Amino acid sequence: MSAQTISSGPPAAARISARTRDRLLNVISPLGLLIVWELAAHFGFIDTRFFPAPSSVIATMIEMLRTGELVAHTAISLQRLAYGTVLGGIPALVLGIAMGLNRPIRALFDPLIAATYPVPKSAILPLALLIFGLGEGSKIFMVAIGVFFPVVINTTTGVLEINKIYLDVGRNYKANRWNTFWTIALPGALPVIMTGFKLGIGIGLVLIAVAEMVGAKSGLGYLIWSAWSTFAVEQMYVGLFVIAIIGFLLTLGLNELERVVIPWKAE
Amino acid sequence: MKFGPGKFRGNMPRLLAKLDPADPLPARAAIRIRDLRKRFGQLTAIDGVSVEIAHGEFFMIVGPSGCGKTTLLRILAGLDSVTSGTIEIETPNSQRPMNSMIFQGDSIFPWMTVWDNAAYGLKMRRISRPVIKDVVGHYLARTGLTRFAKYYPHQLSGGMRQRVSIARAFANDPEILLMDEPFSALDAQNKLLLQEELLRIWEEHKKTVVFITHSVDEAVFLGDRIMVMTAQPGRVKTFVPVPLPRPRDIMELQKSPQYGELIAHIWSSLREEVQRARAQ
Repeated sequence: MSAQTISSGPPAAARISARTRDRLLNVISPLGLLIVWELAAHFGFIDTRFFPAPSSVIATMIEMLRTGELVAHTAISLQRLAYGTVLGGIPALVLGIAMGLNRPIRALFDPLIAATYPVPKSAILPLALLIFGLGEGSKIFMVAIGVFFPVVINTTTGVLEINKIYLDVGRNYKANRWNTFWTIALPGALPVIMTGFKLGIGIGLVLIAVAEMVGAKSGLGYLIWSAWSTFAVEQMYVGLFVIAIIGFLLTLGLNELERVVIPWKAE
Repeated sequence: MKFGPGKFRGNMPRLLAKLDPADPLPARAAIRIRDLRKRFGQLTAIDGVSVEIAHGEFFMIVGPSGCGKTTLLRILAGLDSVTSGTIEIETPNSQRPMNSMIFQGDSIFPWMTVWDNAAYGLKMRRISRPVIKDVVGHYLARTGLTRFAKYYPHQLSGGMRQRVSIARAFANDPEILLMDEPFSALDAQNKLLLQEELLRIWEEHKKTVVFITHSVDEAVFLGDRIMVMTAQPGRVKTFVPVPLPRPRDIMELQKSPQYGELIAHIWSSLREEVQRARAQ
């Protein structure tokens, strides 16, 4: 007689959850790249004038941290990013929900958005400088523009995709306009809106770097640009590294925020 | 004016009244529909339906798919307009909402907890917090959901989600309850449990109910009177009173010959319509 056993998988101790494994792999790939880069620079496979070894970049970074220079540039860039996100995101949110709920408003604004959306945002920079001058206004405006479009488009889509039955429930239970907005349209569209914000903040980060290269005396974009003009290649890499790290941390933070504000989303 | 617990006297007795099963004078509504017609473009969905629904009647509508029964209910709910004809709804208590609907399928908000879903109608009416707490607490208890008050819908089974929908409608304390095949998505056991629960909760106050179903068993088990509708365009085919005593027990009912006769009778008049609908 023979019996067939159904495998119960590896023993519990050897099993790691898929999430832990993902996190591990997430760390391994950038770390691996840095190691390969370091070795290549060390053994002269790459030209260290253009690709300085990560160790020398890190040394420069520590030096710049010590002088407070790096922190100041990072802080001002983050501040511009934050103001721009709020100033672009909030109007986009309100307009997006209005467009989602109200057909005439949608008909009114759809062509404007469709026409302006494809214009490369960096091409607007001279116009922003013309209107807002070299001060903070032009930088914040650039971020706001970058955040505005993905948020307004995603919010409209999110509201339009809300199951009609929820709007019927709202009508049947006599929800007024305000309550329809707060209790149905906003939470119903929130998952899609969050995606819009993630995209928008990513674009905002690109635009802030570009804007600071041209019309600023501070910020990470300025840091990179001035490093180029003085051929301080290590400093340039420090600027690039910090932007990459900011992008990475923002993604992590927004994912975490998403879990907090959308507790009803099934795993 | 007295303060303390008495300061809510303006609103409280009306809502709290329903918490007292011995409410001597429940306010009820009656519905009068005359020659109702509804067209969607070229398609006539409802073609001259006239019916009077009494105070406190549990009124069932059965008919083949596409006979306009959902449209009729949506018109009563104020979610669709009429093409011609009149609907009168008597409202003895003007403070109560006219109707609350229990929708077919999932209609509770995924982004609200069970509690917030059940309290939705009362919140929209700006009822005071202590009253909401009492009323919602009562109906969550009646639907067996007290333990799940803080859960989100995705953590519940389909049957439990539909219970939340029932609690939400009853808590809103409307003149009329409108139900659009509320149990059609449930499995047979859950369906039976919820039907029995619904009857138990309804017996507390015997509000006027208009209930749509395609199940003849369900119509006979729940209803006081059944309206059979024709295939599209929807007309009244016949009315069948259900003289079975209440409270009803499905096990007892199934033994009674009267129950079987009613089902056979309704099914025979419905069958032609279902076949006609199929042929269309």
